[in-house]
Amino acid sequence: MPRILAALVGAFSLLLSFSAALAQDTIKIGVIVPFSGQFADPGIQLDSGIKTYMALHGDEVAGKKIEIIRKDVGGIAPDVAKRLAQELIVRDKVDILAGFLLTPNALAAGDVSQQAKKFMVVMNAATSIITTKSDYMARTSLTTPQINEAFGKWAAESGIKNVYTIVTDYGPGHDSEQAFQRGFTAGGGKIIGSDRTPVVNPDFSAYVQRVKDANPEAVYIWVPGGSQPPAIGKALAERGLTPQNTKILGQGELTFDEALESMGDLSIGIITGFHYDWHNDSPPNKEFVAAYQKAFNRNPDIYSIGGYDGMRLIYEVLKKTGGNTDGQALIDAAKGMAWESPRGPVSIDPETRDIIQTIYIREVKKVDGELVNVVIDKIENVKDPVKEAMK
Amino acid sequence: MTQIAGVLFDGFAFGMLLFLLSVGLTVTLGLMYFINLAHGSFAMLGAYVALSLTRDAGLPFLAALPAAFIVAAVVSVGFERVFFRRLYRAGELNQVLFTIGLVFVAAAVAAYVFGTVQQPIQTPPWLRGSFAVSGLTLGVYRTFLIAVALVVTVLLVAGLEYTRFGAQVRAAVDNQRVAQGLGIDVDTVFAITFALGSGLAGLGGALAIEIVGLDPSFGFHYLVYVLIVVAVGGLGSIRGSFFAAALLGISDVAGKYYVPEVGAFLIYLLMVAILFIRPIGLFGKRQ
Repeated sequence: MPRILAALVGAFSLLLSFSAALAQDTIKIGVIVPFSGQFADPGIQLDSGIKTYMALHGDEVAGKKIEIIRKDVGGIAPDVAKRLAQELIVRDKVDILAGFLLTPNALAAGDVSQQAKKFMVVMNAATSIITTKSDYMARTSLTTPQINEAFGKWAAESGIKNVYTIVTDYGPGHDSEQAFQRGFTAGGGKIIGSDRTPVVNPDFSAYVQRVKDANPEAVYIWVPGGSQPPAIGKALAERGLTPQNTKILGQGELTFDEALESMGDLSIGIITGFHYDWHNDSPPNKEFVAAYQKAFNRNPDIYSIGGYDGMRLIYEVLKKTGGNTDGQALIDAAKGMAWESPRGPVSIDPETRDIIQTIYIREVKKVDGELVNVVIDKIENVKDPVKEAMK
Repeated sequence: MTQIAGVLFDGFAFGMLLFLLSVGLTVTLGLMYFINLAHGSFAMLGAYVALSLTRDAGLPFLAALPAAFIVAAVVSVGFERVFFRRLYRAGELNQVLFTIGLVFVAAAVAAYVFGTVQQPIQTPPWLRGSFAVSGLTLGVYRTFLIAVALVVTVLLVAGLEYTRFGAQVRAAVDNQRVAQGLGIDVDTVFAITFALGSGLAGLGGALAIEIVGLDPSFGFHYLVYVLIVVAVGGLGSIRGSFFAAALLGISDVAGKYYVPEVGAFLIYLLMVAILFIRPIGLFGKRQ
């Protein structure tokens, strides 16, 4: 009996040491994203972007294996996000935190990243101040002001003299309203009215009527993706406000594929500002889209590209540090890194660790019977204006 | 003047949508005292059925509407027979817990089968756009919605007043025990009424896609609105549902038009005020 016991103990400890040895050759990345609930769809798209990058570039970097540990944060739940980040670092021993679809969750996890000195990559959350929360954090998605201030300035410079703005009454909505109005007035335009709609808002008819009463040259809209873009698009058309008589401007969510499908021909002429569209004709994008469509039978969107470019950043900084997962080493490697993403040329600002990218101005047109966001202009090397102004 | 009329029209149309979604719940609440929070999930079921039929089976939109009604009605009977009737005497808390759990399950099933993406529906071209009537631009689809809701109201009220079955329902709502004593098969009345109510929810769900979109959390989104309509209108009263829904739809839109900063709160303020003055609802019956 004792001999069998000794053999078992021996075998078990061999197994343990073997897995411990393996562990030294694995780099663990904790991905915190909502996989269930109201935000499941963009969360899953983000994760699919991560998976696509790993499918195209393998799961080994600098001689070490990459292991992804996924955690479902369920929605807007900063306390849950903080707990998951802590557990990932303390229990699962991850080296890098990634994901973060939603701003409150990113802010909460940012504290953990700062305290634990862990490299963190924000792959979607778009509020400007997020990257100030941790010195070890980089972002590969966008900031709302980055898009909207540039868009506002472009709109004023393109000859639009006055605009009425409608945004959703919460953080990102306020951000976009202030950014657009700042850019638009800087370009010489006039804001003749602004309204804020509640976050849960199935019916836009009242707000659209107010816009119609003010009779502006253009209306600027910011609503979160999902059911609201087609709802407001249709509400505008029902009141007779079409791009033929009033320019309709918005951030790219307004003309997502599903929104275009729902609005149909009513959407032709809507002008949006955005940083990525899967129709982009470049070779890196073609490769990305083909792999994505093959694996997931769906087109990638801004959440997918955030995940894809985030993984690319992680892989490249690991190559640069030779597999060293020290937070300071990784963030130093990330600063100033530049590459050709499927969306266009991007780089990580060495001062703010935030993304610098091209903002595209698109107009909805019918191309070969399909409704497409056609790029009509672009603004290159746009930095986040809010942090620029804070300097 | 035309602006207010346009706003009121849109508000009334939204109210009619809420009416269709709520009328089933008010009848089952008033009749069976069964708190079915999963009512919104039957609406979601009807919506997904209509979506699948128009998108995958190529059925015309108008044919998909009765199909949504029938499927939701049939499925609800199944749930009633298997699950709900065990809970009739189980107390309100258990009913609430069970039916809310059902909403979560329904949302997960919908996400699994249809994915989490927003689903648009293909309405026929003659239902899109708007038309002009004495200086007003009215949405075609909203007019259609109002028409359907009015037809349903007329059928329901006529059915209740003039048919034998309607008389049995009214008797069972007024006093279940005496109705049973008179030989009315209250069990069957329950089942048929429940099916009818859930079927109407399914129809409402199918009609709602064009206005408010469809995703797996549909059952959660409209739960609050539906409960407000039922509480303000009074349990068991179709008339109450109609007026409460119309009132809420119009005041919601009017509030947002005239005072957009707080407009969204108006329906909640109204609900509190009405229930404060009349806790059983506008047309509710005292027990």
